[in-house]
Amino acid sequence: MDFWSTVFVFVLASFIGMGVIRRVSRLLHTPLMSLTNAISAIAVVGAILITGGDYPLRIRVLGAIALFASMTNIVSGFLITDRMLKMFKTSDKRDGGSHS
Amino acid sequence: MIYGVSQFAYLVASACFIFALHWMNTPATARNGVYAGIAGTVLAVLATWADPTIIHHAWIVLAIVAGFAVGVPLSRVPLTAVPQRTALSHAFGGLAAGLVGTAEYYLQITEAPAHLTTFRMVALIAEVILGYLTFAGSLMAAGKLQEVKWVPQRPVTYPLQNASNLLLFGLALALSAAITLHPTASWAPLVFPVIVLLALAFGVLLIIPIGGADMPTVIAILNSYAGLSAVAMGFVLDNKLLITAGALDGSSGLILAIIMCKAMNRSFTNVLFGAFGQVQQAKAGGEQQTYKSETAEGAAQVLEQASFVVIIPGYGMAVAQAQHKVRELYDLLKKRGVTVKFAIHPVAGRMPGHMNVLLAEADIPYTDLLEMDDINHDMPQADVALVVGANDVVNPAARTDKTSPIYGMPIIDADKARTVFAIKRSKSPGFAGIDNQLYFSERTWMLFGDAKAVVGELVKELTGGSGMH
Repeated sequence: MDFWSTVFVFVLASFIGMGVIRRVSRLLHTPLMSLTNAISAIAVVGAILITGGDYPLRIRVLGAIALFASMTNIVSGFLITDRMLKMFKTSDKRDGGSHS
Repeated sequence: MIYGVSQFAYLVASACFIFALHWMNTPATARNGVYAGIAGTVLAVLATWADPTIIHHAWIVLAIVAGFAVGVPLSRVPLTAVPQRTALSHAFGGLAAGLVGTAEYYLQITEAPAHLTTFRMVALIAEVILGYLTFAGSLMAAGKLQEVKWVPQRPVTYPLQNASNLLLFGLALALSAAITLHPTASWAPLVFPVIVLLALAFGVLLIIPIGGADMPTVIAILNSYAGLSAVAMGFVLDNKLLITAGALDGSSGLILAIIMCKAMNRSFTNVLFGAFGQVQQAKAGGEQQTYKSETAEGAAQVLEQASFVVIIPGYGMAVAQAQHKVRELYDLLKKRGVTVKFAIHPVAGRMPGHMNVLLAEADIPYTDLLEMDDINHDMPQADVALVVGANDVVNPAARTDKTSPIYGMPIIDADKARTVFAIKRSKSPGFAGIDNQLYFSERTWMLFGDAKAVVGELVKELTGGSGMH
């Protein structure tokens, strides 16, 4: 395994993360947290490899639980982020909306 | 060939995730971020699933279906429960990392011991410790936020707390070092579960001394840990997508934690090891001061005369579910030509951005939600500051009283408004247990009662009066 290339990816991705997150609107810190949560649940790929591989049963059971936990985060994370973001409106949009 | 395709898919997914976060910089584009995130995730899952080593497809389908079955209801919780849900999802993230790490370890010692290089073992142990620690700690945090019966709400402290925690952590580190150097020794598979248990215990011990007011910081720190455990998993599996996504999550949690700490004028170590609640108990019982109460009728009259009103929401608004009543009040005042703004302190509520989401839910335009730094220089022009269930974030002792535990914390200058109305459930001090100097100011009138009920009365007074004049 190429040790250095993975470390490079980690350090550079952290810099990108810092740069991007710093500019996120403070209004959106709660949805930001649920969004990053859903994104980091991409750990699901690790769980898929273990659950689906030709491995002993007990290993695959661990993988399946991990897969379930990650999937829960992906589904609920993206859904609730979108649900929250839908609520952020400017005043003109609000006046034109369904509320009187 | 397949390897190249899946790596390309991972690269595109990484780009999607970076764009997803980039689009969060303004509410106008934020929803694109969700779609980019979903696209990246679906792409990565399909690319992984197509891997020829995968043969047990039914298992995967079953786990995914179960994930949907739990995930969909979890996304529909009331918004006041979002801090708990977030803590719970950190717990799930940590659990997934811990389990994958455990599975990898036991798989490799039987199938490919040579695979367990020192570097991979370090990453694997980091993944397992961070994963289980985050799992246990986040479950505790979720329990505290949900006010589950068997989870203590008040900070729990005992003598030599930090020393015994450090001892435990030292033990975990020593065992980790041993297993890293000898991953295939005959005792290693037995030491591994001990490390898991220590990580779980450490997660619990880390959270029990922490009070409710520190929850925003703690949730952000756990967010960061959950991300870092995904990074460690990426190192173990040599998967750059996991490393990238985990690093994005980890840096997000870190930045949020730093913002929270700055907003409380405290350091990381102080939040984690300071047992905030303990310090303030000693301060109670100083000289007795008196406050003035006001009726809803009187307050409504003053609000009616005002031209600039600043509403300062806090956790009390969330607890009482008062945000919709606050919206009605906002609408009524607006209709009378009053300028109404909301002043949002970064640590108001139980997680970063908590108040903004609740007010957005109540249909208040986000353009009227102002950050502390943007509103403070306008506070002296405010005719009325209406404090709805906020406490420490408006306590002027933070500016003036060097003995106060919150001294130095940036606050919203509610006391500079011409008149202050503070809605408060009971006459006891707030969550942090500190006397609030604002309540004793000569400009301040207290409105005692449940936030929803009091704002409801204000609304009633203002509607009742409008037809008559």
